[in-house]
Amino acid sequence: MTNMAGSDNGYILEIEHLTVGYQQAGAWREAVRHVSLEIPKGQTCGLVGESGSGKTTLALATMRYLPQEGTVCQGAIRFRGENLLQLKDAEMRRIWGSEMTMVPQDALASLNPSLTLGEQVAELLRHQAGLSESDAGDRTLALFEQVQLGDVERVSDSYPYQLSGGMLQRVLTAMAISTEPSLLVLDEPTSSLDVTTQAVMLDLFRELIGGQQQTAVLYITHNLGVVAQIADRVAVMYAGDLVEDAPTLELYRQPLHPYTQGLLDCVPRLGENKAEVNLRPIEGHIPSLQDLPTGCIFRPRCPLATDVCREYPPLYQAGDGRRSRCHRWEEIKDGEVSPSQPVPEGAKIPPPSAAEQDVLDIEGAEVHFSEGRSLVDMVAGKRPRKVRAVDGVSLEVGRGRTVGLVGESGSGKTTLARAVVGLAERTGGTIKLFDKELPPGLRGRTADMFCCLQIVFQNPAETLNPYLSVGQILRRPLKRLRDQTPPEGGDGGIDEAVTELLEAVHLSREYAKRLPGQLSGGEKQRVAIARAFAPRPDLLIADEPVTSLDVSVQASILNLFNELQAEHQIGTLFISHDLAVVGYLADVVAVIYLGQLMEVSDAGSIFDPPHHPYTEALLSSVPLIDPEGQQEAIRLEGEVRSPSKEITGCPFHTRCPRFIGDICVEQVPPWREISQPGQDVDKRVFCHIPEEELREKQRRAFKFSE
Amino acid sequence: MALLGPLLAPYGANQQIVEDARQPPSLNHWFGTDNLGRDVFSRVVLGARDVLTLSGLGTLAAVILGATIGLISGYSGGWLDEVVMRFFDSLLSLPALLLALLLLGSLGPSRNSVLVVITVVYTPIVARVVRSVVLSVKKKEFVEAAQVQGESVWYILFREIFPSTLPALAVEASLRFSYAIFLVASLGFLGVGVQPPSPDWGLMVKEGRANFTQTPWALYFPAGAIAVVVIGVNLVADTLKQILQVPSQLRR
Repeated sequence: MTNMAGSDNGYILEIEHLTVGYQQAGAWREAVRHVSLEIPKGQTCGLVGESGSGKTTLALATMRYLPQEGTVCQGAIRFRGENLLQLKDAEMRRIWGSEMTMVPQDALASLNPSLTLGEQVAELLRHQAGLSESDAGDRTLALFEQVQLGDVERVSDSYPYQLSGGMLQRVLTAMAISTEPSLLVLDEPTSSLDVTTQAVMLDLFRELIGGQQQTAVLYITHNLGVVAQIADRVAVMYAGDLVEDAPTLELYRQPLHPYTQGLLDCVPRLGENKAEVNLRPIEGHIPSLQDLPTGCIFRPRCPLATDVCREYPPLYQAGDGRRSRCHRWEEIKDGEVSPSQPVPEGAKIPPPSAAEQDVLDIEGAEVHFSEGRSLVDMVAGKRPRKVRAVDGVSLEVGRGRTVGLVGESGSGKTTLARAVVGLAERTGGTIKLFDKELPPGLRGRTADMFCCLQIVFQNPAETLNPYLSVGQILRRPLKRLRDQTPPEGGDGGIDEAVTELLEAVHLSREYAKRLPGQLSGGEKQRVAIARAFAPRPDLLIADEPVTSLDVSVQASILNLFNELQAEHQIGTLFISHDLAVVGYLADVVAVIYLGQLMEVSDAGSIFDPPHHPYTEALLSSVPLIDPEGQQEAIRLEGEVRSPSKEITGCPFHTRCPRFIGDICVEQVPPWREISQPGQDVDKRVFCHIPEEELREKQRRAFKFSE
Repeated sequence: MALLGPLLAPYGANQQIVEDARQPPSLNHWFGTDNLGRDVFSRVVLGARDVLTLSGLGTLAAVILGATIGLISGYSGGWLDEVVMRFFDSLLSLPALLLALLLLGSLGPSRNSVLVVITVVYTPIVARVVRSVVLSVKKKEFVEAAQVQGESVWYILFREIFPSTLPALAVEASLRFSYAIFLVASLGFLGVGVQPPSPDWGLMVKEGRANFTQTPWALYFPAGAIAVVVIGVNLVADTLKQILQVPSQLRR
């Protein structure tokens, strides 16, 4: 069956006209349609798309690992010339895990919790490579060495729950490369990691891939930055279609499909601010597989759609090694038309001028929890361990201003937000709303305070009560907290107000009747924003409101924040782990690490050196959405320290790449005001290193796109 | 059938037809007669009403009490939750029937005490089920959003959290109902529940057992009735579970 000619042409993987369908509620839905893709050995192909684009289905089909209700309807998958679809299951088992391996997204779920990591890797080696017990053990340690796992003996004897997500992902990577596979599938391997860990992992992948010239890599991600940094070529999927496929450099220089252009336009780049750049969200939403549009499936959202687009476009050969599924690719290429989405009205609103009054004034806020003790511990008189989630943070939010708070997971940013709204009990310091001090918890807050202070949460799936309609959800705060406005015509006035709120978040009035289960993630988040705006607050806390949304939806929500804020002149505390998003939306950026602020700066100058060493590391870890962008690689060693340990000196000293000595361990650093020649900046840095020295050390070129 | 009992039953529950005593099932007496000459079919039909109201009311009381305690205990957490749950644990650690016998021993056998027993035995179980749902729901963002809007505890408990407990509660209630029927019958059988001469199924089984060799039908039919009702209620509970478990996304 082996086709020798096929393996000679250098392609490890050839997917031909692949169509994959799912049996769903009695009907047949095609999740991937007519996709052709080849990956030669030594090449990394990035597969990009939003959720629902079919990228995971394509990857699973490629590995012949579709779930029960999925089937390949048409096409062929050639792996080194062999059509996988014709292989027997026993032959597939030989290929899986040895010639074709995968690094999945959720590392913890992919490892057996009751075996040590060393055993799990050794088992694979014994089984797939036929090594003896002792050889497998040695090889395991060597592999751990190769994926830079530090103390390999300890890791080998650890159980999965004892290690961090980044370390587990390395173990899985070690397993995946252990057999020197021909095809390595990486399915969002860094999506659940912090940006600093992600940067280290990307370095590792690059190094490993570079060392394995015989391997073809399929890298699946939704992150345009990651793919720009790692892939040789990029395939873009949209609702089951492969819409564009091009070498990475060319794709980012000039996309030849309006969807690709749309994706690139709706992500804020590192260093951009709303004052200078507008995000262009892609209008509408990704169609469901039940009712795909006829003709070009991107037509309803496409700024270039014309009559030709009623015809389903073929995958045009658009120049050397490029393909685009757009009828008008030639016009785009020649620059006759622009495939960019129009800038929405809301995005054009200029940012408000400097604040004259502080809405929120946080002064030395502390939130310390006691870790739960078991009954046995209590009887034994063990003292509870203190967790210093927030440890002395001072920050102001001015009227009409957005303060962005950035930090990695475990930095205390969410706890700070919860302390402000009262969901987490403050244990020290003061938080003032205008000039009134807020009680530490929810108890004792007046209706006025509840009214002034609202929050938008992270998780759209949980933010709305599934048993209440959108109208009911919005009516409640209107009734309770907006009493001061005279009711116009009883309940009719409230219905009016509900409609107004819905329109403010760009939803039609029909949405009032819907239940949250009938809304998409972005729509739910809009309703949550409407609910927060219902009592006409003066201060809005936004806790990672766009993190779980697709990029095109994220852009429109960011624009919505911008628009509503400018209109109502409210202060916003915007929390995110994404430096580019915060840098785009905020007027002031604060960087938090282990419950303490490291740097507070105008958004305009956060990207200019000198930085706090932690900010510097964060900036250099963000994968630039530009394959030509260059950053100095500053990588953080080790893990974020557990906040339950006693902290002395600077909290960052254990990982600081600019560590200068005992002073960092022993003394609390000073706040240094930073000045910028010729500019009026407001920037302070929490570091022992003097300003000039920092500037000298950090003199380097951050080359952003354009 | 329980509702229409008096109309359906051809004879009174305690009506003795002495000349027809110990008759096997026949056209006249569908289920036969017992040794006192009472019509077994009539007694089964009339007894249904007793069993169902007793266990129904008892379950209802247990569900209301259990749901309220579960909501409050789960939501408030802390020492209140600890105390309530440990107390319930100690109740649950006793077998249901033993607990029931203990209670009846101190209350004295009567219909009302059977009602109390069902409530006491099943309240902790319902409370536990509701509490476990509350624990997972109270951390959700929509509950926190209500807290941040300054909503009262009662509004949050009954408007925001309670609906989420309904699927689990409905299933639990129907299961409890079937177990309650069982419990009432068991108590009747042991002679500590409903007192003779009421046409209680459990009681009838007991009486039938004494005269098993002469009138086996007086044992078979009430026992069969218990089995049929318990299985029936269980099947309903099962269906309910399947209906309520459909994820909300699919119910568009």
